[in-house]
Amino acid sequence: MSRAMSVVDKYAPYLFPLPAVLAILVLIVGPLLANFVLSTYEWFVGGRPFFVGGENYQQALGDRRFWNGLRNTFYFTFMAVPLQLVLGLAIAVLFNREFPGRGLVRTVMLLPMVATPVAIALIWALMFNPSLGVLNYFLESLGLPRLLWVAQSNLAIPSLVLVDVWQWTPMIALILLAALQGVPQEHYEAARIDGASGWQVFWNITLPGIRSAIVVALVLRSVDALKTFDIIYVITGGGPGTASETLNVYAFKTGFEFFHAGYAATLLIFLMMVVLGFAIFLNLLRRSE
Amino acid sequence: VSQRVARPAAAPSPAEERARAQRMRRLQSLGIALLIVLVLIVMLFPFYWMILTSFRSQVDNISPRPVWFFMPTLENYQNVIQRNNFLEFTWNSLVIATLSTGFGLVLGLPAAYSIARFKQDGLALAILIARLTPFITYLVPWYIAFRTLGLLDTYTALTLTHLIVGMPLIIWIMISFFEGVPRDLEEAAFVDGASRLGTFFRVVLPLSAPGIVAASILAFIFSWNQFLFSLVLSGPNTRPVPVAVFNFISYGQIDFGGLGAAAVLITLPVIILTLIIQRYIISGLTMGAVKG
Repeated sequence: MSRAMSVVDKYAPYLFPLPAVLAILVLIVGPLLANFVLSTYEWFVGGRPFFVGGENYQQALGDRRFWNGLRNTFYFTFMAVPLQLVLGLAIAVLFNREFPGRGLVRTVMLLPMVATPVAIALIWALMFNPSLGVLNYFLESLGLPRLLWVAQSNLAIPSLVLVDVWQWTPMIALILLAALQGVPQEHYEAARIDGASGWQVFWNITLPGIRSAIVVALVLRSVDALKTFDIIYVITGGGPGTASETLNVYAFKTGFEFFHAGYAATLLIFLMMVVLGFAIFLNLLRRSE
Repeated sequence: VSQRVARPAAAPSPAEERARAQRMRRLQSLGIALLIVLVLIVMLFPFYWMILTSFRSQVDNISPRPVWFFMPTLENYQNVIQRNNFLEFTWNSLVIATLSTGFGLVLGLPAAYSIARFKQDGLALAILIARLTPFITYLVPWYIAFRTLGLLDTYTALTLTHLIVGMPLIIWIMISFFEGVPRDLEEAAFVDGASRLGTFFRVVLPLSAPGIVAASILAFIFSWNQFLFSLVLSGPNTRPVPVAVFNFISYGQIDFGGLGAAAVLITLPVIILTLIIQRYIISGLTMGAVKG
């Protein structure tokens, strides 16, 4: 073995990850730190930056659009994620049996989560169309009144939640399905011998058996739902008005439509705190159990 | 038969009870089958509608009643491909996804190996945090940096940013693959005088080939689907498909068929790739937290 090689071997634990670590430092850690610096400046891109200290933060706290964005972010997440969890669990239980075409069904379930979000958003936008959309046709066929869907302020977020639920329920179902298959069969048999009812088995054996998978699904989905961008930006652009404008979309517009870089950075720090805070909170919850 | 006639109706025979139980079971499995079909219809309908819209003429697409049966037309596809430089956008997407996946492998594979072999859990956690942080947080500083360096609307900027989508995915998927490579094989190679690097290339990587394929395809799909970074950092020279299609709705009149065709064209490659690596999709999307 040459000397150079043995040096490589000696420092392998540092040298192997080095390129990736450098990339992370330059592309992630650097920008994150830069955001904190930026947030203390008043700066329209192309103009001259002025140091303003904590003024951007003060401005955010008094900015109705900021609070509106925060509220919408939570409204969207806390409507979408529990719905997905309940539906996903129901589907997992429903699909946790032998039936013909089971493998094919599993494949079909992957489609909503891998399909290009912009394409999904386009199709739903067409289906939401109040006059020509197929959703209103279905409502009418069922004898129900037509809806304006994303064109109506108080329906915009629930409509977007519908898209998110369609897109991500299958993922939760597949996560829970994998967990269900890991619950030992003996537990079910023992319960059956004890004469437990279907519900009793579900509450006392199935649910505890897949609890950690439920927490994983909950953490991942909540974190991703809080930062949903593509679907919202393409379907409503945050509208009508600011009715479906989440913090994410508001920050994007501030940065890249109004080119107000300093204030956008401030908004993004709030968003990051919300997302990471939530992830840490859910993780602590898991540990304390 | 005679037995059944002889017995009073009030007390069903064991045979009758069995038949009733069987009917109940049949009814139940029919109900379950119907529910399964219903779930599948809901999951597939938007795709079905997308395909129908793409093959319908504009007249049929703006009919106030949905047209379910029609003579399929290729007009929408022709329009999208010819009038909108679709091939050029596809090429951009392809270049960016391939380059970012390639760099993702070069940087990610050694890191994943190191995390797996030397138990560098701290590094793994750092990468997980990168996955949790909203991507948009990096975007303002990136935009300013790339603008200053004159790199807006270049493959360099897009590849570098898409790398941040693909590399963490590659690392997390590969950690579990590398952990599965038997240590004995590596030790044997060391005894034969191979270096760590030689062993990595000649023993570890070949044994992990299926994982590398899965990780590359996932990273490719994620780059292909990426919208936010491309929306801000791309331009006329580098615009990838999702952004091109988005512009399509913002500027043009609403051409339902064209949008349907564009949606089909973006989604099709993703679906084909998904079919190849379906076993790894869930573990990829959950950063290895769930082994699908």
